[in-house]
Amino acid sequence: METYGRHEYPGRLFIVEGVDGSGKSTQIALLRQWLISEGYTVFFSEWNSSPLVKKTTSRGKKKQLLTPTTFSLIHATDFADRTEHDIIPPLKAGAIVLADRYIYTAFARDVARNVDRQWVRELYQFAVKPTMAFYYRVPLEVSLSRILTGRSELKYYEAGMDLGLSNDPAESFKLFQQRIVNEYEAMVDEFDLTVMDATLPIPEQQRRMRTLIRPYLQSVRRIRTSAQDSAWAGLAREMRPSHADLQGRHRG
Amino acid sequence: MTRLEFYGIDAIHLKERDEILPGRLIVIEGTDGVGRSTQLHLLRPWLESSGYAVVDTEMTRSELIGAGLKQAKEGHTLGPITLNLFYATDFVDRFESLILPALRAGFIVLTDRYIYSLMARAIVRGADPLWIRSIYGLALIPDAIFYLRISVDDLIPRVLQRGGFDHWESGMDMKMGGDLFDSFVNYQTRLLEQFDAMAGEYGFEVIDAVQPVERIVEQLKERMFPLLPQG
Repeated sequence: METYGRHEYPGRLFIVEGVDGSGKSTQIALLRQWLISEGYTVFFSEWNSSPLVKKTTSRGKKKQLLTPTTFSLIHATDFADRTEHDIIPPLKAGAIVLADRYIYTAFARDVARNVDRQWVRELYQFAVKPTMAFYYRVPLEVSLSRILTGRSELKYYEAGMDLGLSNDPAESFKLFQQRIVNEYEAMVDEFDLTVMDATLPIPEQQRRMRTLIRPYLQSVRRIRTSAQDSAWAGLAREMRPSHADLQGRHRG
Repeated sequence: MTRLEFYGIDAIHLKERDEILPGRLIVIEGTDGVGRSTQLHLLRPWLESSGYAVVDTEMTRSELIGAGLKQAKEGHTLGPITLNLFYATDFVDRFESLILPALRAGFIVLTDRYIYSLMARAIVRGADPLWIRSIYGLALIPDAIFYLRISVDDLIPRVLQRGGFDHWESGMDMKMGGDLFDSFVNYQTRLLEQFDAMAGEYGFEVIDAVQPVERIVEQLKERMFPLLPQG
């Protein structure tokens, strides 16, 4: 078993992190479209989506069977399945893997639930270290208003109700999110997260993300040339002056 | 009283809460088919007739994950790291929701395997030993660990008599040999090496599992008796 920072694969792994409502999922979806149009093989993996584990997690949440420790372990199990299927094999094959949330989500949430900081870091030792990890930083009021408006109900664990911070789900959610933000901020230096300003306009954030990623794409194999390049090539072919034109010009 | 001592980080924060555990935590360890459950079936009535309340537990019985783990093992996509973490979740669920409450209430907890089997299996499946130890570092150090020791040669006839070689008990998920028998021998040999290495480090009380059942249970009772709360 290789541990964090020891894996050496030809692929690239880019991940996004941030609280709910930071806009990170929008950004990684746009990045994915761009990479595909550039001709790269892209694999996408989402937090809490393992077909082997998902059902147990949702059952545990519904029946409120989860303690902070088993909550942490069940998510680590889900992440392990995705690491073994969706992350390591494509990276070995030289693909670009994108992940919406990564181990830092677990570190932030689990520690916010009072799981030991060191223990949870050890738990995820099997994870591949990302090529780049983007942290979408957003003021708490902004993310809360994005999440809480137009949402009728917060789920029990999502609102951190298991912590007993408040009996009011919205209030509990705010306190829980504040703890999560504190953990993220502390991880910026610890894990060398690239901080992105999530209050900027969406296209501007995306432009910056692409600029930062581009240097890491240099030796990555493409399955075809980028859509843009081939469009330019096509255009150039059409615009190329014909033999007759050239002849005419000579005569003129 | 089970002391608040851990192999690693007290991740469940039992010390912070000044927990008092008047019960006893007694572990029976040993490889697949060595006769652990036979012994537990004999020990439980003995303890109960002496007036002790007993709780027993074994792997994959967790309410949270037992069914999910069984289902995952039936498919063909379960990788070794995921398998290890499924078992860790199962263990911690039973530890928090069964073992700890029973110890708090003064029960004798008899556990069929503990973290040692889980670590041995994980290491044989290629897990980083430091990684797996740090996960299980949250487990309480038991009052006693009885290790039923057997050699692979002595194990084979027992397993055959019991119904043959099981896929997982033969390590077939790792294809440790050309057929079930070869894989069983390789896998169990490597597991036993891990157990033997742990015996000294974790202070196992080694019991020769080749002896007749009655002889083993007498030895277990003899060694357990002084550990029990008196009066």
